[in-house]
Amino acid sequence: MQQEVVLAMLAKEPSYGYQLRARLRDALGPLGDAMNDGQVYVTLTRLEKAGLVAVERSADGADRSDRKVYALTPDGQQRVAEWIAEVRWPRPDLAEFHLKLIAAAAAGLADPLTLVDTQRRELLRRLRDAQRAAMAEPDDSDAALLLEGVVLRLQADLRWLEACEQRWTVRRSGS
Amino acid sequence: MSDPASTSVVRARGLRKHYGGGEGLVRAVDGVDLDIAPGETVAVMGPSGCGKSTLLHLLGGLDRPSGGEVSLHGRRIDDIGEKALARMRRTDVGFVFQAFHLMDELTAVENVELSALLAGVSPRAARRRAEDLLGRVGLTDRAGFLPSALSGGQRQRVAIARALSNQPVVVLADEPTGNLDSAATLDVLRLFESLHDAAQTLIIVTHDARIAATADRLIAMRDGAFVDETRLTGGTTGQLGALVGLED
Repeated sequence: MQQEVVLAMLAKEPSYGYQLRARLRDALGPLGDAMNDGQVYVTLTRLEKAGLVAVERSADGADRSDRKVYALTPDGQQRVAEWIAEVRWPRPDLAEFHLKLIAAAAAGLADPLTLVDTQRRELLRRLRDAQRAAMAEPDDSDAALLLEGVVLRLQADLRWLEACEQRWTVRRSGS
Repeated sequence: MSDPASTSVVRARGLRKHYGGGEGLVRAVDGVDLDIAPGETVAVMGPSGCGKSTLLHLLGGLDRPSGGEVSLHGRRIDDIGEKALARMRRTDVGFVFQAFHLMDELTAVENVELSALLAGVSPRAARRRAEDLLGRVGLTDRAGFLPSALSGGQRQRVAIARALSNQPVVVLADEPTGNLDSAATLDVLRLFESLHDAAQTLIIVTHDARIAATADRLIAMRDGAFVDETRLTGGTTGQLGALVGLED
């Protein structure tokens, strides 16, 4: 779990560990299923050591992680503000697949169209899962918006595969 | 029904459709074998001109093959007469097209009941069934509207209700979301999911990945032939997180 994400979940107010996890779960929906609660606490401990998060014990003095209240320190608040302002975007890694097709065709290792078909199958499976998850979310769900992003990216990748298919069909029949 | 092939709702063997001849010969469909099980949703994908629409027309009896066999519910339709074929199209097949093909001068409910009336159902029963179907596609409150007063997505839902009106053994859909925006596409996706849950056999020809992804089985078509076939069920659950950078 990225440290900044956990920090940002605390920006609203000091919170118990379980409140923080619930916030993440609401935001991510089924995509958060992969999230490991242990990871969240490991990250919180790291953030505490780095001086970005301060911990208050609960009133009953219990030392269980989910009974502690976590709060941002001034440094932590600073870090969240920087993170929000950063301009970053996940990079699609298309070059690898592109080069795979070129190498496969050049060396006669595989039919590029077969590689396209195999890749398409995999992407369509993911699209199916993302779409089903999106349709299962209520209309006002934050997670549905995230799932829409997943669906749109997969559609873009699938359209590119279509372009690959067309190009390599022409190449094959031309050679 | 002793023929084992009759367990397939739709069956094709060596199906061909060729146009022209000599140098100009076009093999639109070129040796297709297909078995569709009851309740199955199958998507056929491929670039434009790959023959997928022609295939759908052959399966639904809208067009005659140059060779090979097509059976619906265990009954051959490639060698029957025009009248029998027309009757079969009315009773056994529901069509959904990209351009909706609704009658402009008829209201939504009249469009839906029309094929039941043509099949000899009494006007009262046809109307009742049409109203039920409009309810199923979420358009009860639009029953009296003309197509021109409906959005694209609503028109397609009327067309889907019409396709269901004679309880067809199979619904054949040709680019059903080709003219729709993304919200309307989602409505049609949900509707197809509900048809699937109701065990309606469905064949969708499309290059819209979203609709293809709702299928149980996906067939890729190129140059008139099937080149890849895969089951989409089973999915990738657990890997979704990787798509948004939550896992490595």
